[in-house]
Amino acid sequence: MPGDKTLEFETHRPALLKFAMLQLRNQAQAEDAVQETLIAAIQGAKNFGGKSSVRTWLVGILKHKIVDLIRRSSREQPLDLQDAETSLEDFDVLYKEDGHYVSMPAEWGDPEKALSQRKFFETLERCLQGLPKNTARVFMMREVLGIETGEICKELAITATNCWVLLYRARMGLRVCLEERWFSTDA
Amino acid sequence: MRLTCKDAGRLISEGLDRKLSLPQRAALRLHLAFCDACTRVNAQFRFMRRAAARYPGPDRDGES
Repeated sequence: MPGDKTLEFETHRPALLKFAMLQLRNQAQAEDAVQETLIAAIQGAKNFGGKSSVRTWLVGILKHKIVDLIRRSSREQPLDLQDAETSLEDFDVLYKEDGHYVSMPAEWGDPEKALSQRKFFETLERCLQGLPKNTARVFMMREVLGIETGEICKELAITATNCWVLLYRARMGLRVCLEERWFSTDA
Repeated sequence: MRLTCKDAGRLISEGLDRKLSLPQRAALRLHLAFCDACTRVNAQFRFMRRAAARYPGPDRDGES
């Protein structure tokens, strides 16, 4: 019955809204994206194959809606880049003078099993929130939404080099954070 | 071109976002062949890509 599905989808609204807010950082846009997602889901409910969870399916639709919105509002929100976010000097503390790591990156064991654990993604989210704003934004556009680097540079009006530096900063930051907060305790 | 771990880390990351030049790829491969630290970083960056693609993850443990 379509009514049942509508109700079931509706229970995911808060989680979807949170996801959209993290990507868009704009309440009105986030609400629009979620609304469009739920409408599309109800219309396309018969296409839901049940291979993934309902939430995973809904998030998949939402990602497309968010990418559309980012494209439509391109140039309206150029990135306000601070020098600190494009410099790499603060990372020098990770390395010795000869360029080797001060502390050996840890062996993460079998990280794949983390992917089925809710708590892991909560940790990932906290680590993302700990990154500088633009760094997190570019990382999520690239890795969560899967947008190509060339397009990210264009949408945010930044150079390719700055884009790569931001992504590198994000990955290094997340690596250190996950190692501290997840892989040293759980694995 | 001889890479330090610092250089290698940047190339590992950039290699996820663009095609590296042939000399860059060769230098990185050589570095990784001898460096356990960067081999770990390489695996970790790739794992983080898979994790981010699945974000926000399962709504119950054990689901995909």
